[in-house]
Amino acid sequence: MKILTGNDLKTGAVVWWDGVSWSIHVEDAVDAGESADDIAAREEALRRVNVPYAIEAEKTENGIRPAHIKDRIRALGPTVRPDLTLKPADPEAGNWVI
Amino acid sequence: MYRYDHYDQAMVDARVAEFRDQAQRRLDGKLTEDQFKPLRLMNGLYLQLHAYMLRVAIPYGTLDSRQMRMLADIAEKYDRGYGHFTTRQNIQYNWIKLEDAADILADLATVEMHAIQTSGNCIRNISSDHFAGAAADELVDPRPYAELLRQWSSFHPEFSYLPRKFKIAVIASESDRAAMRLHDIGIRIVEKGGMLGAAFYVGGGMGRTPMIAPLVRDFVPLDQLVTYAEACLRVYNRHGRRDNKYKARIKILVHELGAEEYTRQVEEEFAHLLGQGIEPPLAELERIKDFFPDPAFSTDAPTDIDRSDSAFALWVDRNTHPHKIPGHASAVISLKPVGGIPGDATAGQMRLMANLAERYSFDECRVMHTQNVVLPHVRMADLHAIWTELEAAGLGSPNLDTIEDIIACPGLDYCSLANARSIPVAQRIQERFAETGRTEVLGELKLKISGCINACGHHHAGHIGILGVDRKGVENYQLLLGGSEAQDTALAKITGPGFDEEGIVDAVEKATDVYLDQRQGGERFLDTYRRIGMTPFKEALYG
Repeated sequence: MKILTGNDLKTGAVVWWDGVSWSIHVEDAVDAGESADDIAAREEALRRVNVPYAIEAEKTENGIRPAHIKDRIRALGPTVRPDLTLKPADPEAGNWVI
Repeated sequence: MYRYDHYDQAMVDARVAEFRDQAQRRLDGKLTEDQFKPLRLMNGLYLQLHAYMLRVAIPYGTLDSRQMRMLADIAEKYDRGYGHFTTRQNIQYNWIKLEDAADILADLATVEMHAIQTSGNCIRNISSDHFAGAAADELVDPRPYAELLRQWSSFHPEFSYLPRKFKIAVIASESDRAAMRLHDIGIRIVEKGGMLGAAFYVGGGMGRTPMIAPLVRDFVPLDQLVTYAEACLRVYNRHGRRDNKYKARIKILVHELGAEEYTRQVEEEFAHLLGQGIEPPLAELERIKDFFPDPAFSTDAPTDIDRSDSAFALWVDRNTHPHKIPGHASAVISLKPVGGIPGDATAGQMRLMANLAERYSFDECRVMHTQNVVLPHVRMADLHAIWTELEAAGLGSPNLDTIEDIIACPGLDYCSLANARSIPVAQRIQERFAETGRTEVLGELKLKISGCINACGHHHAGHIGILGVDRKGVENYQLLLGGSEAQDTALAKITGPGFDEEGIVDAVEKATDVYLDQRQGGERFLDTYRRIGMTPFKEALYG
């Protein structure tokens, strides 16, 4: 599947296209399919997100998983600071990245 | 240390106001990202993996306590309570909001700091010897010359859009503690016939095509220093490869022209410029020098210290450096606790360093390119009190220049350019050697890790270097041996095929096994490698 990501214009936070708006949780991402580029252009023009782009991902039993490690780190947060990730209480969260 | 005059302050304040307007126009949608990006980069604001990142300039790494406290305040107020000291003696904040950026720059301006020219294709922060003004082996304090060049290069209209970024280092001792020959221009202040002048090395650098800068001129009189630098830049600006980003650094130009032809062109330009009157009067250099007087050192400071506490004695042996004044030392605060993040410091730790600088080091501290911090001028009698406070704050690691004192770039945990993570590898290596107790046995061993070919972690210059690469979406690590960024500058060579994250830690240990097995007398790892060559290491690594 193809999902859309970018950074929030004001805060720089990593965000994912959920079909209506932008979520900080990759689990909310939806398949943008062939519309990815159109959505990205429209959303950037609306200043809701900075430099959005489409990436490959797969739907697993644990949710959406970006294909590349760089995007998995973007989705979670720095693996060396679990306290600053989106799942600070989950000691296994870092394994998801690898 | 240098203090802003009216003009400095006015320039920085004007830039803050200008950027505030630019950022607001971006937030209002009046500027696109393509339009805004070069403007924010000129003010040190990047967009990284997780957020905006702000890189703040620390000229030649020198800070007073007021400035260090401001860095702590910014970490707490606008970021997530910490900052990252970099290999170019700067600091980076990883979690900045665009809507806060102008306020941060305004706060920095109140303590004579800024983020100007910490990105973009311009002359970046001038770096220098972190022991400047304190080292027993220096000819003079190199910082006034670095400051003169900082003023010359700030907002230089001709050099604001160079083919590529440009880095300058200035030192004034035979020992190179600033990786001088791995800069676009490396300057060593030298003496000839009783006169001070500057030796110019041009065309060094790391990155994807590492080069050691050749000597272009062995003596430039001090009253022609800026003019010669201008000539070096002009030739580069004229002929640098703007058509290819990967061939745009001056090292490629010098290499392709040849050092001799590059030098010929510089000398020709220099002769022309000498008639243009661009050199600032020597009185300006003297004015700047007045900002760097020796502190009021005690002339009778005791040289004996109580070494009965073995942990303290080890820290003194490892983390202090000889000072030019008897009874004093430069004390290095390690930002490399085992399992920590190299170069990171919390706001609390920054405040402690500021307090120690204020109390014990004539209100001064320095950021090292090795991502540590120095208290440059401390009385030996105060070392125990300093160490006691550092220990309590987790900053007392006695590991300077050991295998635990790893330079590591932010890597894929933070950086959008990275291909692999650097920090976890550094942590695993630290833990492995701390567990086995081999750190002390190995002695001086400089290990440097970069998460991509851009080499921010200086892997080319490591006695042991590690380069993270992306192999079909999986992190992979190449091992390099034999580099040095000191006065014996050398580029490390790749051993062979790369390793996975666990494998690279084992590989480093095997390389140290070879060293311990083969070393003679007091050889360092690098000395043994140079004597026996790569073959024994390859055999141990790949069988």
